[in-house]
Amino acid sequence: MKNALLFGLVALLFLGTGLFQSWNVALSIFNMALISAILALGVNMQWGFAGLFNIGIMGFVALGGLAAVLVSMPTTTEAWTAGGPRVLLSLVFGALTVVGAILIRTRMAPGRLRTILFLSFLIGGFILYRALFDPARDAIEAVNPAATGYLGGLNNWGEDYRDYGWMTLVAWPVGALLAAGAAWVVGKTALGLRSDYLAIATLGISEIVIAILKNEDWMSRGVKNVIGLPRPVPYEIDLQQSETFVERANALGFDAVTASSLWIKLNYTFLFAVILIILLIGAQRALKSPWGRMMRAIRDNETAAEAMGKDVTRRHLQIFVLGSAICGLAGAMMTTLDGQLTPSSYQPLRFTFLIWVMVIVGGSGNNWGAILGGFLIWWLWIQVEPLGALLMEFLTWPLPEDSALKAHLLDSVQHMRLLTMGVILLLVLRFSPRGLIPER
Amino acid sequence: MVDILNAIVALTNFVIIPATAYGAQLALGALGVTLIYGILRFSNFAHGDTMAFGAMVTILFTWWFQSMGISLGPLPTALLALPLGIIFTSGLLLATDRVVYRFYRQQKAKPVILVIVSMGVMFVLNGLVRFIIGPNDQRFADGERFIISARDFKEWSGLREGLAFKTSQGLTIVVAFICVIALFWFLNRTRTGKSMRAFSDNEDLALLSGINPERVVMVTWLIVAALATVAGVLYGLDKSYKPFTYFQLLLPIFASAVVGGLGSPLGAIGGGFVIAFSEVTITYAFKKVLTYLMPEQLEPDGLVQLLSTDYKFAVSFAILVIVLLFKPTGLFKGQSI
Amino acid sequence: MRLAAQEVGKKKMAEPYLIGDAMTGGYGSGADILHGCTIAVEKGQIAVIVGPNGAGKSTAMKAVFGMLNVREGAVRLAGEDITALTPQARVAKGMAFVPQTQNIFTSLTVEENLEMGAFLRRDDITETMEQVYGLFPILRDKRRQPAGELSGGQRQQVAVGRALMTKPSILMLDEPTAGVSPIVMDELFDRIIEVARTGISILMVEQNAKQALDIADIGYVLVQGRNAHTGTGEELINDAEVRRTFLGG
Repeated sequence: MKNALLFGLVALLFLGTGLFQSWNVALSIFNMALISAILALGVNMQWGFAGLFNIGIMGFVALGGLAAVLVSMPTTTEAWTAGGPRVLLSLVFGALTVVGAILIRTRMAPGRLRTILFLSFLIGGFILYRALFDPARDAIEAVNPAATGYLGGLNNWGEDYRDYGWMTLVAWPVGALLAAGAAWVVGKTALGLRSDYLAIATLGISEIVIAILKNEDWMSRGVKNVIGLPRPVPYEIDLQQSETFVERANALGFDAVTASSLWIKLNYTFLFAVILIILLIGAQRALKSPWGRMMRAIRDNETAAEAMGKDVTRRHLQIFVLGSAICGLAGAMMTTLDGQLTPSSYQPLRFTFLIWVMVIVGGSGNNWGAILGGFLIWWLWIQVEPLGALLMEFLTWPLPEDSALKAHLLDSVQHMRLLTMGVILLLVLRFSPRGLIPER
Repeated sequence: MVDILNAIVALTNFVIIPATAYGAQLALGALGVTLIYGILRFSNFAHGDTMAFGAMVTILFTWWFQSMGISLGPLPTALLALPLGIIFTSGLLLATDRVVYRFYRQQKAKPVILVIVSMGVMFVLNGLVRFIIGPNDQRFADGERFIISARDFKEWSGLREGLAFKTSQGLTIVVAFICVIALFWFLNRTRTGKSMRAFSDNEDLALLSGINPERVVMVTWLIVAALATVAGVLYGLDKSYKPFTYFQLLLPIFASAVVGGLGSPLGAIGGGFVIAFSEVTITYAFKKVLTYLMPEQLEPDGLVQLLSTDYKFAVSFAILVIVLLFKPTGLFKGQSI
Repeated sequence: MRLAAQEVGKKKMAEPYLIGDAMTGGYGSGADILHGCTIAVEKGQIAVIVGPNGAGKSTAMKAVFGMLNVREGAVRLAGEDITALTPQARVAKGMAFVPQTQNIFTSLTVEENLEMGAFLRRDDITETMEQVYGLFPILRDKRRQPAGELSGGQRQQVAVGRALMTKPSILMLDEPTAGVSPIVMDELFDRIIEVARTGISILMVEQNAKQALDIADIGYVLVQGRNAHTGTGEELINDAEVRRTFLGG
């Protein structure tokens, strides 16, 4: 009952936005809120179910975004001929070097010989890798750097690539897989260590992922950004030129431009909502299954669970990979919605810590709570700025028009959101530490 | 022979001096993290933003002093404003402890809860700093820019390579040195310092000995405020002041503290230099140095840079992971605070 | 020889220096572990608490020291009711407690450990420190070493020394000989007798019942949180039932 009321309240927030601002704004906040809810679900799995402290969400989201580019963008044929195979070869070689080094470490008896062999294998491998890789990279990046300069994606339909928007949908699970792979590597190394160490390790990996996206131009165009990702939904222009669409829009009392924009947003809403519902059902079933109960048992008392013969590290790895995969999926969806990949836009406060606020405020350990938190906090995150501006206008009203203080205060309103989020998080932790919809 | 000298100068100029200054900054930051970990027993994610706050207050006072024409001659005016920055940061941290952390201490909350709480504090501080000074780069360095400028050095030595030693670098090293000496003197020689070490070592026994935990915590926050402000100001003088970079410093700072062994002040210092030297060495293009050392036909044609500068996080991270895997207690185990 | 707790109290003419009188209680709000248990020690005497595992020996001592909730009964020191005081406040009243484990600051030097023991004192502590070094000469040689580097027996000496630094009137020891060799144990007991001779009351919990009762002025045998037998050390050693149940014949 209380929960329904809470969801009703959040629905009112969105309806209010639609009525008082515009439906376009309301829908765009809602779409991102859907993605945020999915992210919160993923993090809730890790933290709420298993007590894993992951603050590298941003990295997994960015990997999802990368997947969207790698799958849906048109292939740069010229770049592939210039160095594609060689880059792949060198990457395989690099991976083999690492595998070989690990084998040396695990298979050989400890001793000076092993250390020397291990190090020289790694260093030699690295030098060879760079020798293989560097010329190929330079060749790729030299191909029409203003427009491409990267390998492009798998969308091999040339000029018509925009007609193959379904490729973008394919990218979503690929994003999940990519994130899962990264999570597996992180988990293998950092799980089983103390919780702060996992936190620092995930923080580190996320910064590295962003550094890679910013620097490996051959793969992601780096800070030159990839724009114009093909859409799984129609384009405004096409709709506005379609007579049937314009007719229908007019019949409903909309002008064609607004209608097309709304319709496309609704398409996204539908897609995202379907995914969210599927994930919610899955997460609910997982939570109630023996597997979910075991997870929570492990979370509540690791030692006891271990004594009962549960393979705690393995279970943790499982759920860590799963939760991260969901973050990757959400990341791919986000990039699809934006239609572009801009590595410099990935900020940890927005992509990692904000998600944490959602999970904690919503209620960790409860899927409905995570979703509620996703919707509520995302709405706040967007709306705090205009609300703060109104508040500031009101507060600075007695000040003269040309006051420097007034100008500064009004100018700084955009930073209110960080402050607000921090205060909300602290208040919830203090007075309602189990969140709005507590775990049952 | 001259070539070797040139190579040494180039190496000193581009690797050793910057890495030493950076290492000192990291060490000061890591000391703060490690003290909080040792006494309050959680990883404080708000530390980067505490540094940003301390530096911000110092900058505001520096500007004020500059506008009044007060200066320290060749030294940056910021040094004069530094004590004020420390006082304000102390006030902020004590207030935060009173309003936020103390409640969880009394609840005996799990460390991970405190970490999440510190995330909330991080948000608030981050917002506060951006609100007051804005998210952009701020300049506040003044005074003499160089102790030794590259031009003077070339004229003096007749070498092709110049050696520049910035005032901010010299200042960083000297101030960090003084801070570390003072901190160790305090921890090892004073009653309060010893009681802090005792509290960190064995909380229950410290209570049995009549050590007042609230006082220990208060002193810890005061020291952390001083260390964080000094580290923040030195970093700002040496590089530039931008709130976001302080948040990003969190990773190398944590890496330093963990690599040295969380809770060990000596380790924090060692860790700071390990991380700084690795970061700078691995991201430095050695072409110049090698050109002097190698015979002409072997001269490298690439930059001989192991990783691009933007991967410096990867370096701290890699070292962190390696240490965690092979020596989870850190390189300098033994004495915790 | 089976005496109920109350009778022990009545038989004495004056109240003992320190008495935990008919204590009932447990940790936090958990179940009661002690049931009307009475522990007392006279000035300058040695009282020993023995009993089988899980009898509540350590718990009884912690109750006297204020580390758990005493729901019924009282703790009195020199006639003053101290039941409501925190452990720290009891330290200020002259009670010193040596926990069974983690009873030293491992990363601090021996001398710093002693200094921390005297943290509450504002007067000159050198004299007390000399007394501790007199009692445990080996500690003087090792005073600049981190206490964590010492052997098990030496660590216990540091622990006792730290407790003595407050100039207590009561020294409470929780299994001081746990994990040390028999020779070290004998030595430690000798020192404890020496401490008692200076007028400090000793209350200790011991696993090595026979040796401990040998030096005890009074012994308490606890079973399941209740006083089972009480008497002088000698009486208990000679008590057939006590011998049969846990002195091993």
